[in-house]
Amino acid sequence: MKSLTAKESKARKKRKGLFKKFFLYALLSFFGISMVTPFFWTLSTSLKEPGNIFTSTPEWIPRAKFIEREGKKLDIRVKEENATFKVLATGKIRIGRKNRIYSERPEWWNPFLKKYYVLEKRKEEGKEKPKRIYVKILKEKAKVEIIQEGPDKGKVLEVPSNAIKERVNPAWKNYLEAWRAIPFARGYINSLFVSITITLGQVFTSALAAYAFARLSFPGRDKLFLGYLGTMMIPGAVTMIPVFILLRKLPEVLNWIFHTDFWSTTQYLGPYMVGTPIGIDSYFALIGPLLFSAYGTFMLRQFFMTIPRDLEDAARIDGSGPFGTFFRIILPLSKPALATLTIFTFMNSWRSFLWPLIITNSMEMKTIPVMIASFQGLYITDWHLLMAASLIALVPMLIVFIIGQRFFVEGIRLGAIKG
Amino acid sequence: MKPRTKRKIREAASSYAFLMPNFLGFLLFTSGPVIFSLFLAFTKWDLLTDSSLKWVGLENFVRLLWFHYEAGAPVANDPYFWKYVGNTFFIMLGIPVGMAGSLALAVAMNQRLKGIVFFRTVYFLPTISMGVAIYMLWRWIYNEDFGLINSLLAMIGVDGPGWLTSTAWSKPALMIMNLWGTVGGYNMILYLAGLQGISPELYEAASIDGASPWQKFRSITWPMLGPTTFFIFVMSMIGGFQSGFEAAYIMTNGGPAGSTTTISYYIWQNAYNWFKMGYAASIAWVLFIMVFSVTIFNWKVGGKIVHY
Repeated sequence: MKSLTAKESKARKKRKGLFKKFFLYALLSFFGISMVTPFFWTLSTSLKEPGNIFTSTPEWIPRAKFIEREGKKLDIRVKEENATFKVLATGKIRIGRKNRIYSERPEWWNPFLKKYYVLEKRKEEGKEKPKRIYVKILKEKAKVEIIQEGPDKGKVLEVPSNAIKERVNPAWKNYLEAWRAIPFARGYINSLFVSITITLGQVFTSALAAYAFARLSFPGRDKLFLGYLGTMMIPGAVTMIPVFILLRKLPEVLNWIFHTDFWSTTQYLGPYMVGTPIGIDSYFALIGPLLFSAYGTFMLRQFFMTIPRDLEDAARIDGSGPFGTFFRIILPLSKPALATLTIFTFMNSWRSFLWPLIITNSMEMKTIPVMIASFQGLYITDWHLLMAASLIALVPMLIVFIIGQRFFVEGIRLGAIKG
Repeated sequence: MKPRTKRKIREAASSYAFLMPNFLGFLLFTSGPVIFSLFLAFTKWDLLTDSSLKWVGLENFVRLLWFHYEAGAPVANDPYFWKYVGNTFFIMLGIPVGMAGSLALAVAMNQRLKGIVFFRTVYFLPTISMGVAIYMLWRWIYNEDFGLINSLLAMIGVDGPGWLTSTAWSKPALMIMNLWGTVGGYNMILYLAGLQGISPELYEAASIDGASPWQKFRSITWPMLGPTTFFIFVMSMIGGFQSGFEAAYIMTNGGPAGSTTTISYYIWQNAYNWFKMGYAASIAWVLFIMVFSVTIFNWKVGGKIVHY
């Protein structure tokens, strides 16, 4: 075999590199598409008219149906679709409802066979799958109702199916409808208030404690820190039950002590209900137990350990106490870590579900995720509204993520450093 | 008093001041409740009827973990619990698959390609949006008749199963969803960080020796990523034991026939559906003991396998 010249081998290497690059892009794109497809699907469902959601093949772009009559376009709603079809097994010709036709696709093992089948939706006793009957469609007709404003509104016509045309038509009103269906605005205010308070509180208390663990020496420090670390392994379910009971019983106890019923009475701020002062259905219950975090303490301690001691020593020589050092040296130097913890905590409290679920009763006190869940219970089959509501809930997360993206990557690394 | 001791005392005093806010919260909402819940685990307390709390000793644990004989054969006192433990473990089988996916993605993203930040964002999207809204979205995707998956399957002539309504498919459905939600998330970024920490000289040396890409992966990348893999595995196990509540609550109500009820959903059912606080606390403690012992086991065994 002829040996390759240097030039040839270089070209070969380059070609190999190009091939590899192409392969990688193809792979990343393929899986990337499967990552974003559900989001597109949600968006598309949320913008469809209720009648257009249940289609047997996925429709990505929301469309409206219309027919042309005497040169005018008229918006319509399809009431019933009928078809004349030939049953292939027996050769008989029958007329039936079009929506009984389950799929108009050929079987995967024979793409050229242009057969149609109707799926009997009735399941036979003792059989796992419904029966399929193969048919060939001869003629399709549809009963349509004109929904366009005008003299013809409400008229029902029978037209051949191929006369029905479609145009792109996102139903933005779905969002308005979803927004009005439950007190979303209140949910947003609750979620923002609760998440911001928890975030500020957690970052502040964690930073203080982390500084003590990282830099100061006091008796029992290491044992206490180990105790903090240990609690990170305790399932939330263990502490949740006692805290729930505590918050349920606390108002009764306080009422008994002070001889009032203030602690269990729902309060109002003008016309707005703001829950009980303490206990179930209160902002205190939503926020209080989450103001402290072992994880935040741990993460910030790891970061504070990496700050050079020289700076603090200099400050100390200048006569600054531990508090002065903490506020003037440590905090300004830890901005990246603090920003990371802030974003993490905010997002975790925004999406937090279980605790707000068990601690709130009234609609006015619910946070966005809990509201969405109860929305689901109310509008079981209104998928367009459910998807619109889901997107309404997702938007703040996406915004925070896009703003704070780089902190995410940093934060994940920081959290994983072993101490 | 010596000035040195004085300074020490002063430092200790200010340390406690620093710790105070966090420590009070720790006492009130973590360590206090832990002790109280341990106590609860040995009691019977129906919060719904507000019957008084009754000390029952080991009764909860006997009911939960022990068995009795029925017609000569041993039957678990609470067969549901064991079923739900099985469900939890079954769904956790997705962890290694997800880790392999994360590693593969990280290796692909570690190549010097243009636009990699864009891909990273795309893959991270599910992780940041995971929550109630996403579970609702997947409930729609898994819809038997009109969901995305089954209508795509119908296009190639395959009748999709009732993903969330059949006992055979409900758990795999949740596993696929978890895979989608986590594969490009935290674990991928941890692996990426690990890969960036491997010295390029090792690969150069291997190239000179004529090693194939697979050999390089096998004898450099994999062992060098050992600590990362170990960390991810331990954390995923801890998370896996406690997972499944939200998906069960939003998507399946734990069904069909309890096939998607995990331990954490069972705790919630006991505590907040049936208000059986004592029994719920005892399940929570059994869960804690499971998490704790598996983690210790991981540390012991992992310490021997992983080379730092």
